[in-house]
Amino acid sequence: MSGFLEIIDTYWLYFLVGQYPYGPLGGLALTVILASLALVLALPLGVVLAFARISPWRAVRWPVSALVFVVRGTPLLMVVFWAYFFLPSVTGVKTDQFTTMLIALVVFDAAYLAEIIRAGIQGLPKGQMESARSLGLGYFPAMRLVVLPQALRNMLPSLVNQFVSTIKETSLGYIIGLAEVSFITSQINTQVMVWPAQIYLVLGLTYFTMCFGLGRFAYWLERRLSRRAIAAPLQEVSA
Amino acid sequence: MIEFHDVNKWYGKYHALVNINAKVARGEVVVVCGPSGSGKSTLIRTLNRLEPIQSGRIRVNGQDIHDKDLDVNAFRSSIGFVFQQFNLFPHLSVLENCTLAPMHLRGLSAKQAREQAMALLERVGLAFKADAMPDALSGGQQQRVAIARALAMEPPLMLFDEPTSALDPEMVGEVLLVMRDLARDGMTMVCVSHEMGFAHEVADRVFFMDAGSILEIATPDDFFNRPQHPRAQQFLSDIRTPFARAI
Repeated sequence: MSGFLEIIDTYWLYFLVGQYPYGPLGGLALTVILASLALVLALPLGVVLAFARISPWRAVRWPVSALVFVVRGTPLLMVVFWAYFFLPSVTGVKTDQFTTMLIALVVFDAAYLAEIIRAGIQGLPKGQMESARSLGLGYFPAMRLVVLPQALRNMLPSLVNQFVSTIKETSLGYIIGLAEVSFITSQINTQVMVWPAQIYLVLGLTYFTMCFGLGRFAYWLERRLSRRAIAAPLQEVSA
Repeated sequence: MIEFHDVNKWYGKYHALVNINAKVARGEVVVVCGPSGSGKSTLIRTLNRLEPIQSGRIRVNGQDIHDKDLDVNAFRSSIGFVFQQFNLFPHLSVLENCTLAPMHLRGLSAKQAREQAMALLERVGLAFKADAMPDALSGGQQQRVAIARALAMEPPLMLFDEPTSALDPEMVGEVLLVMRDLARDGMTMVCVSHEMGFAHEVADRVFFMDAGSILEIATPDDFFNRPQHPRAQQFLSDIRTPFARAI
């Protein structure tokens, strides 16, 4: 076992940041940055796609519905390949591996998030939108002030599910040679040769810690948000 | 203040409103009653364009409400609407429910909106619940907050869509009292309601509807004591003596 501790001692910095500062940033840091950026970009895009999915205009609704069906019907690996091989040939811009992976993740997750958000919006009683509109609020102000705050709260568990998936999906960057934490780990394993189970156990624990942490944070947030609703105590009824 | 001219509405093939012609004067209180499915709610929902119509014309304050140039949001904010299911915003406190629209649409500062909302909550007897969340209130209290919320836009016209139908019987009175006071202050009101006592005491006229048509327009006294249309006579006898008719 002391041999394994030695490996940790040798490689922990490589595991955390890759070749940085002598080369490009990689490892766990890159995974965290990639996952965070993907979440931050996919959520607003998901909201936009969800609005398009419930739009009364076919010209808006149909292309987005097609995108959602295509993404839902293909593995992420395919989307990564498209972003890697197909996208540069269409746009003429060669993107680096990080951007390629980010595009694939954002498109893929935004499509899934759109469906979660659509369900959250449509699952709210119709009367909420109607009463907001009857006060004179326009469609988008009513959405922003009345519908979305409630819908997002109801969606929180599903959203966290998707966010956890996103963290794990970053590992597919391995396929296109992105130096995220899985890629770095496999390189360490190739160099060390003798401790594969232990090395990949550390990788597994790393992913687990991130996902579990996010899950706990979401649970805390959920309770904090719902506490407000019951904070006002039942007082005596007076007429 | 309100004029319906030959208004027709269909849901697919179903003829929901049939040749509606009626007027409501400023300051008048009209109670719309009739059996369920007769088009009462549809009728008042057409008034603030929550429901579109397929033919005819509706004017409010002389303005055709389906005019292309009409700012529908500004128009709606000039009509208070109270729903059967209250539809308070559950993520906002009672006070915030009443300040949201005024701050957003009338440009009031937080302080102004708060003062106005507190005055309105005082008027419906719920100032002491200002910081409560809607879920912590009884049905009657929620409906009174909903009335205060609608009044916060200072509308000259209030519409009530069965405001007491979802309430426990003991809470009906507190809501009707608020509505009566509103009527006495000169508010123009159209209420879909089955509360005969309210209609008797507060209404200037009663519209009786069945199958999408207004069959009878009369004063409450005439309507309840001397109904003309056979369907209205049947309706009144059914609600007064529910067990009288053989099934």
